[in-house]
This record gives sequence, structure tokens and C-alpha cells, in this order.
Amino acid sequence: MQTNRLNQGGFIDRNKTLRFTFNGQSYSGYQGDTLASALIANGIKIVGRSFKYHRPRGIIGSGAEEPNAIFQIGSGATTEAGMRATQIELYDGLVAKSEKGWPSLSFDIAIINDWFSKLFGAGFYYKTFMYPAKFWKIYEYFLRRMAGLGQAPKQPDPDHYSHQNIHCDILIVGAGPAGLMAAVSAGKSGAKVVIADDQAMFGGSLLASKEIIDGQSSEEWIASQVECLKALPNVTCLSRSTVFGYYDYNFLTINERCTNHLSEFTAGQIRQKLWRVRAKRVVLAQGAFERPLVFPNNDRPGIMLASAVSNYIHRYGVIPGKNAVLFTNNDSAYQAAIDLKMAGAQSVFIVDSRSELPSDMVDAAKKCGVELQFDAVIRNAIGNKSIKAVEISTYDANDNTCKDIADKRECDLLIYSGGWSPAVHLHSQSGGKNKWDEERHCFVPDKPSQASSSIGSCNGTWILEDCLKEGINCGQEMVTNLGFQAADINLPNSKKIKISPMKPLWQVIAKDSPEHLPKQFVDYQNDTTVSDIYLAVREGYTGIEHVKRYTALGFGTDQGKLGNINGMAILGQALEKPIAQIGTTTFRPAYTPVTFGVVAGEDIDGMFEPTRKTAMHNFHTDRKAPLEIVGQWVRPWYFPRDNEDMLSAVSRECMAARSSLGIMDASTLGKIDVCGKDAVSFLEKIYTHDVAKMSIGQCAYGVMLGEDGMIKDDGVMARLGENHFYLTTTTGGAANVMSWLEQWLQTEWPHLDVYMTSLTDHLSTIALVGPNSRRVLQTLVNTDLSAELFPFMRTCKSEIAGIAIDLYRVSFSGELAFEINVNSNFALHLWNLLMKAGKDFGITPYGTETMHVLRAEKGFIIVGQDTDGSVNPLDAGLGWLVSKEKDFIGKRSLERADSMRKDRKQLVGLLSVDNKSVIPEGAQLIEKKSTSGPTPMYGHVSSSYYSPVLGYPIALALVQSGRNRYGDKLLAISSDTKAIEVSITKPIFYDLKGERQRVE
Amino acid sequence: MLLIKCPWCGERDETEFSYGGEAAIKRPLKPKDLNDEQWADYLFMRKNTRGLFLEQWNHSVGCRQWFLVERNTITYEIISTKRINSDALNSEVPQ
Amino acid sequence: MNKYSAFSLFKNALTNNKNWQASWRDASPKVKYDAIIVGGGGHGLATAYYLAKNHGMRNIAVVEKGWIGGGNTARNTTIVRSNYLWTESSLLYEKSLKLWESLSQDINFNVMFSQRGVYNLGHTLQDMRDIERRVSANQLNGIDAEVVNAQQIKEAIPLINTSETARYPILGASLQRRAGVARHDAVAWGYARAASELGVDIVQQCEVTGIRKNGPQVTGVETTRGYIETKKVGVVVAGHASVIADMAGIRLPLESHPLQAYVSEPLKPVLDTVVMSNAVHGYVSQSDKGELVIGAGIDSYIGYGQRGSFHTIEHCMQAIIALFPNFSRVRMLRQWGGIVDVSPDACPILSKTPVEGLYFNCGWGTGGFKATPGSGWAFAHTIANNQPHELNAPFSLDRFSTGALIDEHGAAAVAH
Repeated sequence: MQTNRLNQGGFIDRNKTLRFTFNGQSYSGYQGDTLASALIANGIKIVGRSFKYHRPRGIIGSGAEEPNAIFQIGSGATTEAGMRATQIELYDGLVAKSEKGWPSLSFDIAIINDWFSKLFGAGFYYKTFMYPAKFWKIYEYFLRRMAGLGQAPKQPDPDHYSHQNIHCDILIVGAGPAGLMAAVSAGKSGAKVVIADDQAMFGGSLLASKEIIDGQSSEEWIASQVECLKALPNVTCLSRSTVFGYYDYNFLTINERCTNHLSEFTAGQIRQKLWRVRAKRVVLAQGAFERPLVFPNNDRPGIMLASAVSNYIHRYGVIPGKNAVLFTNNDSAYQAAIDLKMAGAQSVFIVDSRSELPSDMVDAAKKCGVELQFDAVIRNAIGNKSIKAVEISTYDANDNTCKDIADKRECDLLIYSGGWSPAVHLHSQSGGKNKWDEERHCFVPDKPSQASSSIGSCNGTWILEDCLKEGINCGQEMVTNLGFQAADINLPNSKKIKISPMKPLWQVIAKDSPEHLPKQFVDYQNDTTVSDIYLAVREGYTGIEHVKRYTALGFGTDQGKLGNINGMAILGQALEKPIAQIGTTTFRPAYTPVTFGVVAGEDIDGMFEPTRKTAMHNFHTDRKAPLEIVGQWVRPWYFPRDNEDMLSAVSRECMAARSSLGIMDASTLGKIDVCGKDAVSFLEKIYTHDVAKMSIGQCAYGVMLGEDGMIKDDGVMARLGENHFYLTTTTGGAANVMSWLEQWLQTEWPHLDVYMTSLTDHLSTIALVGPNSRRVLQTLVNTDLSAELFPFMRTCKSEIAGIAIDLYRVSFSGELAFEINVNSNFALHLWNLLMKAGKDFGITPYGTETMHVLRAEKGFIIVGQDTDGSVNPLDAGLGWLVSKEKDFIGKRSLERADSMRKDRKQLVGLLSVDNKSVIPEGAQLIEKKSTSGPTPMYGHVSSSYYSPVLGYPIALALVQSGRNRYGDKLLAISSDTKAIEVSITKPIFYDLKGERQRVE
Repeated sequence: MLLIKCPWCGERDETEFSYGGEAAIKRPLKPKDLNDEQWADYLFMRKNTRGLFLEQWNHSVGCRQWFLVERNTITYEIISTKRINSDALNSEVPQ
Repeated sequence: MNKYSAFSLFKNALTNNKNWQASWRDASPKVKYDAIIVGGGGHGLATAYYLAKNHGMRNIAVVEKGWIGGGNTARNTTIVRSNYLWTESSLLYEKSLKLWESLSQDINFNVMFSQRGVYNLGHTLQDMRDIERRVSANQLNGIDAEVVNAQQIKEAIPLINTSETARYPILGASLQRRAGVARHDAVAWGYARAASELGVDIVQQCEVTGIRKNGPQVTGVETTRGYIETKKVGVVVAGHASVIADMAGIRLPLESHPLQAYVSEPLKPVLDTVVMSNAVHGYVSQSDKGELVIGAGIDSYIGYGQRGSFHTIEHCMQAIIALFPNFSRVRMLRQWGGIVDVSPDACPILSKTPVEGLYFNCGWGTGGFKATPGSGWAFAHTIANNQPHELNAPFSLDRFSTGALIDEHGAAAVAH
């Protein structure tokens, strides 16, 4: 039964009944309800239990500030935790569960925490659970289970999220009266405007009021403004869209909730969208938050903010109580009393801490039968599971204390209002400071630090007419600054009222100290009380940031929207300092929480990183080759036949390459074309070897060092012409090397005439490897491949079946081999031609593993595997490559004290003494294990394989003074195998003289 | 998120650029004449200025040009950007 | 001073908690100290505590420009581990880890050091080689470490995505069981309280504006609260090390970058350990309060603004969803940034300087929190004896001239 539902009014459709469940009970509400309004309509008082003391709690607010009605929504993979009932639009079939309370919300066993609450003051956990030390694990186990709110889903999210970029002249945040006026005045000028509001409907505070504007009801007036905006093609209206972050350079992020309010939607539809906005100007018109008042037991269910009461009556046709007491220190709250009375409440009694002053609001309240008492405060709220009565005391504003309890009054609703705090969140996020306003008693935005303006109540402007005026002016001013012709807009007519000023009442101060009174809550979400703040001060936590951290004030999921200002003011009282000197804490994104999913957007799963595949990729996957990830590339690891295991496949591939013919896709090699008349002098600085001495058509193996002297990258490079070179880099280093070369060229030597082009994707590389490679290739090309005309380390142009190719007689296997570069569009075709041509020779495709075995047998290093950032070319045995004469990048570093050390780690080979154990890669090399203290380590195993051609395992390692220790024995120790005895050898195992690759 | 004006392409989002650190660190013409401390100074020591800072950025997914940016490292405000040419560079070199 | 214990909580509850004393004395600066520590973060306060406790230096002060523990101490993701690659690093971090293990009892302040284990994931064959290298080195150094495979990871962390078809499939991980997380604020407050108890002055709202020297010797510091005379100045100011170094006329090999982090709303226990991934750039744990605490990589540019760029957060979010697809519907509550000073070899500088009596402790990059006790312990030794302890000798400033860098880039997984 919707016992609290009014017969008329509100933006709800009474013909569309929606069913929902709360904690397993079925209820109904109407289209247009929020979950909170539907719960109130159904007479639900307790919606949650508090964080620490498990006290029963009811709905306090009607928006983002709500601290208590926080639920788990839905179930299974689509469940969502931490959702505010005040922000959830009701839909049919909604399932909500409160996040605390065991065994039930109305009886929560952990309420004992409340009885012993003096043990659980601020920071109690820092003072105990320390002994015995081992027990922390157990304490923590229970603490973790007590803490936490909702449950994360256990299954992957089935929904989709999206990002959209937008550039605009003006972004307007908030579509209340000020924001709407700004949008209309800016929009009519032709400027590109985006206006976003977190509610389902535009209108902001006007949705909960009965103002008359330009002779129209507020409802009609909003409709006419929205209609005007929708008619403007240059204006984008976003509802259900929360601007949650304001970053540098007017970059703002909006979370649009596209389907959260729907009970059914098409699979694949976008659930939430992240708008990434670059705005030339930003208008902040987010409104303000009403503050609670702080008095004993101010957390009883049935205590509600005045603005929320008006909201529930006007927007949802729900009356939260029939016999109400309203406690206020300002005029704005009177509206709630009037609204209640008009909605049919039996009695409304106002307790006002101020003395009576002339005011239209007071008159209006009196006129509709509201009783009033001035110079009075509420001393206590009575009623455990819902408010039953209040204790009222007379109050002397001058000495800021209340007298003895004078009166007790029964009620079923206690409304409070401590004044308003502008929502300065986005202004602060943008880098703007705030200043304390002594007249309005709130922080208002100070000078903006980016191109933005705050207007309306988020600028501390309370009167409707002023808000409308600020909106118009702001819109006009901004478009004028942006070079548009501002449109003429008339200020709409609205009622002018006389009000009496608000008077701060931060805390109802009794004669007793706060510790002797029942709890006075400041931050509802974290159960932070006045005595917690006093305790923090007593213990020396006096800065606001310390108090915040020690008491958890403002650390809830409402991020202190409700309690922070009261907390600061009470801290000010405790320290006897004005609030302006307390300062604010930092406001951080997100303004309200956003899902990880929407921040991540589309770039998840397979889209997380681009996947680069070579032109031959389908050939590899057709052969069911397992893939190895190398940087962004996926490469075939090995090509198993039938049921072969990896070792057999790799052995077969290795033997094919060594004995007849192998073929490998080497397309992922980085390839850079370098030309220009200064190409030689540029490359002379880049490579350690003598580039200038290379003849045209010659290839050379080259290494590049960082300026720190350590090996950065390596690869074969070739001189194609007098001023034309072709460089290759490692697969993983390609992009990095290209950028690095460009940086040197452009920032250090911009005068050099050099041009570089990356050919990595343009060209594919096929390596034809093995003693029969020349014979097979010769059948396809006209070029004479004989050793006399095309010797080892030469390059030439050629052609196969009409396809232009570049041939390189180079070898990364130690065998006679050719690398063929071909336009990627023809690469697969060429590959297939080669496969066919090599058929009689058992041509065998091989993957990265065989490539590694073959090169390790020859002692060729892989940068990044056999080197890390601490290996220089001398360490790696590449001293022969290092020019003595010229300067090159990194050369000077090779002469530093540490580079000259005799006991540097050097690249060596390793053989296992038993001739059969394959040493784990990564194993450390020691002499013997120390019985106490660290064991000295002399190096580690960087590459290790079983060598099929040799019939025993081999390894490469970096070992201290390695080149002086050939023949020595060490122990290789890895994490999970027994020590393997190894002997140190030269880092070459096969064809020691290098005859095979140079074969005539 | 920075908005950087590439001197060749105009204003673009930070995500189009990559960072190159302190600008105008001149590579010594004769490294072998430096002692280890002097070499280390060139190699590693950085101004790391808190405040106005001259740095280099690369329009890496755009025109791939390196250019100079004068930026406040506290407010992140970019004061100016300019192309690198031999003259500009030399005029920025300290000493 | 009150001793903290369950008994004292009970006793004070009986008197309405009105007899608790200040955790530390909020001191005004004296004219002269035997040593001054610049920077009231965890490292600085720990340095002061160990100077007083281990070296008997009680006439010392910590000067802090804001409020103690308000810099990176308040902004980090609280991971503590010691499984670094190189012996030099791992021994220093292991010293720290050992101190962590008895820290709550030592300083009588519960820092909630939770040894829930840290997994450093490997996604490529090279990652796994590096993990094996690091784990076997750790074991030989007497540091607990093990290599686990994807199946073992799945058993320990049921929600993690170990699908072989993931963009970067999880092949395995290193696991250090003694590693974990701690309560960051408590570390600063606990050290401050313990140091203050030993006579150390904690001076807040006192910004150093100059370093005074007489020839090569430090003679004092200028501050916003006046000149303070001293012959020993230990600078521990994380992101701002270069700024103070500039005052003393020395150059440091540092760049200060924004480092961002964020938390989710508090959830019931859903992740019982710490997961870090270098390849996808993200790390995550769950605080005792229930928030998922997540860190990103550093922003590329130098920045002192304690904020970074949003795309870094987006990318980190994508990484976390790659690892935990079920976290997609969890909501980000709060994001923030700190300033980390990054050194060329991703290792700290804990060192004397060319200025006599001036010591620097900086360059911790993204991984300083875990080192707090060990860093303070070794830095105190260095200041008291005017020479480094053998644990921090390899981290001297002169390594940049000799070239004896300790390259922890990549090799030690993400440096957090």
C-alpha cells in the first residue's frame, strides 16, 4: 500500500504501476518515481544500518547527498553495489537490497557496537589489535567482513560502455533556473552549447517548487525553455548526465546513464557513455546542498532535509509524514512546512533557532496554519526505529547555548535545515579556490582558475530572480567573448520575497560536553560524531586534513556532501578558530561515483591493445601454430604437426633448417629507411661501427647504445646507396628506436639533411634458411645467387614472379640464408610460392622458438633477453663492433669507472655438466649456497634450450668476469628445481668458425 | 588533460603527443674531453624545474615533429610552443 | 604519554575518552638543533625516530611545510614488498620489510601491516624469464619468493581472468607471501608520536626557503618560521627534492612526475591479496575498509600539480578490467595524484652530497611507501655517522658519475 502517496501532483504517471522488491518484499510505485520516493510512498522508514554502530537509518535527502539509502541493485552479473535510492529511477522488476543489517534491517545484531561505542571512537583501530603481532591477520579478517558496503558482481559485465568526444563553445553544468537561462541566452546567439544535468528531467530546484515565472507555473516555464533549447540545432541537451570531473584545459567528463532506468533493453545497447568534453567556456550551475543540523540522535529514521520534503511532495506526490516538526536556522526551510501543510499534513511545528524577524516566509507559514516557536532548538530526537518525539529547549543565540529541556513534542517526521552549501565541487576540481562568506555562511567560489563561471546557488545566489539574471548575463558575456552576437533575453518575472537572514547553528551546544550527550552525527556514512572531532583535536589532529583522515569525516561515498561543512565548523569551534581559517579539504573527481566500465569504455578485451598480425598470419593459424606475444605483435611460436609436443616440433624445425630448408616469417622486424646527404654522418653517431666504411650493397650487424653506454637495440643494417640506408631493429624496439632517432635528428642535429621512413608495416620479411635455401631461391629469381656474385652480408634487388623484392644474404641462424623483403600486399602470395618451390626439400616453416634455438647455438644475443639495461657492447662480447676512432652515442659512458671494472658481467655460454639437464632460464649462478646470509650470485641464465643438432642442452648467461672463467664450474639455481652443475664456455656452440653461413 | 598547440598542426589533445623532457640539453661536442662528473651532469642531472620550464614534445601520432614547449609545471599552463630550428635551439642553450 | 592497547581503550572509554593525550607535540622551531629533517612524510618522520632511538640524537626537529603525512604518504597505494631484482635493492627493501613486521609493536601504533601476499603477474615468455630470474635471486638472498602458474593464481584469486585468449594472457606470477599492504596515515602518525615521545620536535606549517652554507658546510635552514641553525640537514621531500637541491646549489638526476591512483566505493571482501601487472599497467588491492585501491603508471610529463591526465586513469581502468572483468560495474569513488621523483635507474638516492652536512633521501619514484621504515633507518645511520650504512652505500649520488647504476627498470616488475 502506498500509504504516503498523494492523490495528485508530482511528475509521476499513476496509470503506470511498477513492481519492485526491497529486501525480498514486494512493493509498487509509479513511473517517474525514484526508488527513494517509492519507498517513502510505501511507508518504509528504515532503509539501512550505519557503518560502525549499525544504528537504524532512514532516507534523509533526495539526491546525490543521500548517505543512508544505499543499496545493492539487481543480482548476478548485472548487480551493482553502492547505489543511492534517491538517484535510482524506478523501473518494473527492480530488485533492491540494503547493504547492512544482519539478520535483518529491523534487528541488526551488530547494534551492540552502538552500546559500546565509547570503545570505538575515532581512530580506535590505531590503538589496539597490536598484540600479539601474529593476531593482526585474525583481527583483520573480522574487520574486513564488518566493513565494506555492497558486493561486486562475480561474473564479467555483460554490458557495453562507450566514449564520445565533443568540442563545444560552452558547457553548462546543471539545468536548473540559472543553467537553463544561460543555455537559452548562449544558445540563441548561435554558439555551440552543451547542457548536462544529472536528473532525468531538466529544471533543477524548480521541479520541487510552485513558483510562478512569467505568469507560468514553474512546470510550464521549464517546458517552454527546454522546447526552446531543443529547437536550436547548436544546442545539445544531455539529461541523466553527470559532469563528474573537471580537468586541466577545460576538459570535463560526463557520465551519461543510457539504460540504467530501463527494465528491459536490447543486448548490445550502450549502458553508459562517457562524454569527453573540451569546452571553450564552462558554466557551473550545479546548485547547492542543504545542510543538516547537528544535535543528539540526529540520525533517527524519519529525519529529513527540508528540501527533500518539498522534492518528495512536488516531484513524486509523496508525503513523508503527517505530524511534522521542522527545525531550522533559515527561511528556506519554511517552504517545506508550507508544502506539507498544503499536501494535507495534520500538524507542522517549526522550531527556529533564530529570533523572529519580519519575513514573508514566516507570514506564509503562519497563514497556512503552521505553528512556530522561535529562540528554540531541538535537544534530542526520540524513537529508535522511527522518530516519535523531539525534546525542545529554548536557545539563546547570543551565548550559543540551549537551556534545559522545555518541551517534548510527538511527531512522525522531523525536518531540518542548517542552511545551504553551494556545490563548489567542480569549481574546486578545476583548480579554483573557495572563500568563506561571512554573510551567507557558506563557501562560495573565488576567482576561477580556468575559463569558467559559477552561477545560481552554486555561486551562493539564493533568490530565483538573481539566479535567472546571472544565467542570462553569464550566457551573454561568454558568447560575446567568444565572438558571437549576444541575443537579447528578457529577465523573466518572478515573485520577490522578503526573507530574514540565516543564522549559523553548527551544533546544538548544551551545558554538558559532547561526550556526555547522545551521539550527534556529523558524517552519517562513517558514523563520525561531534565527540570524534573533539577527540581528534584532543589528540593533536588539528588540521582539517588530519581530522578528516582520523575521523573519516567526508570519506564516505557521498564524499562529505552532507557533513563536511558542519564538520569544519565544529572543528572551528573546538579549536576556537573561525571557519575561514579551517580551510576546505580537496575536492576530487568523481563528483558522484562512476563505473569502472564507463571510464574504460570500448578499449577492453580484444581492444585493450591493438593486435598486430603479419601478412602471413592466416598461414600460421591455419597450421594451428601456438602464438607468442611480442610487444603488440602475435607471432607463431612453433608449428606442431599432428600430435607433436613442443620439444619434438622445435627439434624437427631446427633440424630442417640445419640440414635442408626452413622458412620463417620475420615481418615483425622493425624496418627504417634512411636517406639524405647527411645520412652517413647521422648513422655514424647512432651505430658503434664504422658506417662510413661500408660499401654500397653491404650489410652489417650493428648495435645502438643509449647515451649511458648500454645496448639499446640491434639489427642488420645495409647501405643501399651513397646516401641511402636500410636499418632493422628488434620487434619490440621498432617504434621506440624510430622515435629516438627522430629525437636526435630533430632536436640535436636539425641541420643534418636526413629523412627517415618506417617501413615496418609496408614491407614483410621472409627468411629462407638452410643449406638448400640458395638452390630453391635460385629457381625463382634471375639474379645470380652464387657466392662470387652475391656473397654473405650483401643486398640486392630482384624479382619473383613479377613481384619486386629486396634480397639480403644475412643469417640469424648461422646457416646459409636469405631474407626477402616484399611489399606486404604480396607477402602471403610470395610465401606460398616459396613453400611450393621448397616442397622437394622438405621446406619447414618455423616459429620464434626455433629461431631462438638456432641463434643461441650461434651465440647471437636477443636484446632484452640476453641483455637488460645494464649490459654494454663489451659485456656482450661485441667489442669488435665498437669503433675506436669516431664518437657515437654512448661512447663516453664506456670509459666511466664502472664500465672499466674488470669484474663486469659478461656474456658466456653454459653447458650442463651432466650433458642432459636443460637449465631453467632466469636461474642464478652461484658457487655454493651460503648457510647463513645472502648467497653471492655471479650471474644468471638468460637463454637456455635443448640443442637438437648438438644433442645436448646449451645456455647463454651473463657471468661476472665470465670471459676469464671458461672451464669453471658453477651451480645454476632456480626457484623450483635442484641445483644444476654447469661449466662456463665461449658463447658459441655450433659451427665455431662460421663457415656455414658463408658457404661458397 | 593538456591541450597542446603543435606549431605545425595546431591545438591537439595531449594523447597525440609524447614527452621528451627538458629541452636544450646540448650534447657535448667533445665528450671525451669531459671528466666523469661533467659527463654525468650532461647525462643525468636535470633542472626538474618547479615553475616555468622549457621542455620538448613530439607530435607522435600527428606530424611527428619535435618542438619546444614552455610550460608551468605547477599550473600546467602552456605559455608558448615553438618549432625547433637551428637558430631557436641555439638561442635556448644556456651559457 | 598514553600507551595504546585494548586495556587503555577500555580505561579511556570509562572516562568518556577525555583523557587521551596529544599523539605528538606540535612544536615551534628552536633556534638551533643538532640535526634537521626537512619533510614530515613517512620517510622523514621515520628518519627522526631512528636518529633518536638508534643514534641517541634527541635535539632534532622535523620541519614540514604543510601537515605531516600529507604528501605521498597520504596518496599512495600502500603496497609493501621486497622482491626486487638486484641484491642491492632487495636487501634494502628487505630490511624495510623486516622493520614493517614489528613496526606496530615497536612504535605502539597499529599500522595495520597486512601480509596478504603480492602477485607480480607475467604475461609474456620474457616476463616469465624475468620472474624466474628475480625469484631465484630473492631466494638466494633469503627473501621469500615463489613462482606460481596461472592455475595457482586462479585458485588464490578466483575472480582474476586467466583466459588464454585474453589480450595479454596471464602465464604466471611471482608471489611474495610476506608482502602486503599497510595503513598509510598510521605510518606517519605512528612515527611522529614515537619520535615526539623521544624528544623530537615536529614542526608543521614550516616551509624551508633556503639552505645556508659556510664554505662547503651546511650551517642552517631558512624557513617561513625563521632561521634555524644546524650542522646536519637531511632532506626527505619526495617530489620536491630538486627544489631543495637547487637552494643548496646542487643538481640531482631526478624528474618529478604525477602519479595517479583511485579507489572504488567500499565493497565486501572480494580480493584478498595484492595483484600487480607490469604489462597492462595496473595494480590493485582491497583496503580493510573495502575500497579497491588502484594505481596507474606515471604521467609522462614533469608535473608538480598533484594531478595528472584523465587518459592515464582510463588506460589503467582498461587494464584492471582486463585482469578483473567483473570489476566493470564497480564504481570509482575518488581519484587523486601525487608527485614522484623518478631517478634514471628507478632506484633511490640515499646519500651524502657535495655539501658537508647535507644529506638527500629521494628518487624513490613510484615505490617509496614500502621503504619507509628501512629508508628512515638507513638515512638516520647516514646522518648520524656521516657515512652510509652498507645497505644504502650502493645508493649514493656518485653512482651517476661512476656508472654503477642499479637498473631496476622493468626487471623488478612495476616499481610499486
